[in-house]
Amino acid sequence: MSEQADQRTQPTDEERVEMLETMLRIREFESRMRDNFADAEIPGFLHLYIGQEAMATGVCQVLEDRDYLTSTHRGHGHCIARGLDTARMAAEIYGKETGYCNGKGGSMHIADVEAGMLGANGIVAGGVPIATGAALSSKMRGTDQVAVAFFGDGALSEGAFHESFNQAAIWDLPLIGIVENNQYGEMSGIDEQHPPSTHDDLTIYGEPYGAHREQVDGMDVEAVYDAAARAVERARHGEGPSLVECVGYRFEGHHEGDSEFYRDDGEYEHWKSKDPVETYPERLIDEGVLTADEWAAMQAGVETELDEAIEFARESPMPDPQQAYEGLYADGGDHR
Amino acid sequence: MSLASRETEEMAVRDVINQTLDEEMERDERVYIQGIDVHGRGGTSNILKGLDEKYGRERVRNTPISEVSIVGSALGAAATGMRPVVEIMYCGFLGVAGDQLLNQVAKMRYMFGGKLDLPLVIRTKNVMGANAAAQHSQALHHWLAAIPGLKVVCTSTPEDTKGLFKAAIRSNDPIMLFEHGGVYNKTGQVPVEDYTFEIGEAAVEREGEDVTVVATQAQLWNALEAAEQLGEEGISVEVVNPRTISPLDTETIAASARKTGRCVVVDDTPLSYGTQSQIAADVSEEAFFDLDFPVQRLGIPDVPTPFSPSLENEILVDTDDIVDAILTLA
Repeated sequence: MSEQADQRTQPTDEERVEMLETMLRIREFESRMRDNFADAEIPGFLHLYIGQEAMATGVCQVLEDRDYLTSTHRGHGHCIARGLDTARMAAEIYGKETGYCNGKGGSMHIADVEAGMLGANGIVAGGVPIATGAALSSKMRGTDQVAVAFFGDGALSEGAFHESFNQAAIWDLPLIGIVENNQYGEMSGIDEQHPPSTHDDLTIYGEPYGAHREQVDGMDVEAVYDAAARAVERARHGEGPSLVECVGYRFEGHHEGDSEFYRDDGEYEHWKSKDPVETYPERLIDEGVLTADEWAAMQAGVETELDEAIEFARESPMPDPQQAYEGLYADGGDHR
Repeated sequence: MSLASRETEEMAVRDVINQTLDEEMERDERVYIQGIDVHGRGGTSNILKGLDEKYGRERVRNTPISEVSIVGSALGAAATGMRPVVEIMYCGFLGVAGDQLLNQVAKMRYMFGGKLDLPLVIRTKNVMGANAAAQHSQALHHWLAAIPGLKVVCTSTPEDTKGLFKAAIRSNDPIMLFEHGGVYNKTGQVPVEDYTFEIGEAAVEREGEDVTVVATQAQLWNALEAAEQLGEEGISVEVVNPRTISPLDTETIAASARKTGRCVVVDDTPLSYGTQSQIAADVSEEAFFDLDFPVQRLGIPDVPTPFSPSLENEILVDTDDIVDAILTLA
């Protein structure tokens, strides 16, 4: 069993509204990407975060600007929750010069190192050692920065996860692993990826490393916030690594165009009833934190912002082909 | 570079590495070491001995036997303000860290739009002729040099070891720094002053007129010996040390080949798809009409390194092989 909280960390009303807006922004951003990809506006392929909004949002809400994070191939939500600019994100996904990586990275590699966002990553568990290094760097430089590695349930089968958590535990590093259990590793269910002894609680993978462990409802942004707050607090005070499992669901396929042959009947509907972007505004309105008018205004505001972001991406220039030879090394140029 | 006017001291390569790391750690507190068994005896080859006592175990960090996280965490540290120097015990163990080298270290700057400095040095060693068998005995600089985004340096002499180490540690790019077990105890004159050798610049180690030998690491020492022997027979051999494998200083190498009209390339990587092939191709493209003979390649026949001395000696390139190759061109 995961360790249970002694005391729940409650977000302020202001934070609750912020989290709702972040989740909405992720949902709307991803929905636009899905539609525009279907319209063949976007090159390559896309892995969308729809359904998992509460996970990135709850975690990033408790981070400070000075903290670090690494992300995954399904990384748009982490970027938005971190506060990255949706226009530059959209431009990157469209392969435009104005994108975060000047069109060299695309959907799977959005990064803003100055903002502590050390990159989305196309390799499962590829970012976990990098976050471990950021945590090591914080410790060696004597700061209280923490490093969060987001990864999926599939990453728990990778050596990179185990090597990193082992090292982080031995060195007492401020590393927080967020397992986003969306029920599928690519297109295979959890029963094909992990032994039965782990299915009820994937944080058991953190047990031999002595990690602080919590399993939370990944469709409940406040439960995520609460667990993340404790993990971050521990890390900041030198109490070593944590592993938090957010149990949730991916409403879209592994990538856009995936036939989703693997879903069971009724499964989608079960999880859809927990959809955080639908349940959370109702809750905040019920509790008097938000009025229906304010919710409508928030939706309109996000819609306008994202319309503008997409317009920016569409109208931005493609990179000059010669830029293919730039940016490989510190002197700026290609070496041959 | 002339040593004539500078104060020098006689040192072995292994001591140069230790002293250079010491100086760079003294100079910049962001420089730190991590690797397996780097405490105490100072790594498998005892190169780091004493640095843990001087700088403490925070800056000379013993890692678990975890090449993925050794390399990956150094990358994360390099991206966030530190300047790690990683030790990978034998170059064959780079394979364990494959994804981090291939997909993370090499691609991070470019993939993120060129905005990120990655001051990361990964030291490892090529080994041949030590009866260490296939996994501990191979040369792999050509393998990493095939990945755009990594700069690959091969150290050979006491003098270039100091200059190249200092340049690598001060560089803001990831550098794969290949040492060679066969040269650790070689000695030579090393300038006492602080200096760097530019990454990407080759050096003419011995001037000659009749034939160019391009040689790395242990083979550089063999090539210099071959040149000495042939000099006594009236054949003037020029020896070029590439120093950096990627980026390769094709200009210096091709200029030498144009001058002599004959070129032999010798290196401890396998012959097929090895360093020799790349250098031979570059020389052929750049100097074809000045060459009197096709470029000759010497290296390891395409087999893993066998254990038994009688088998290993069969596949190794030695001074006699280099002499023979030169004589076929004479």
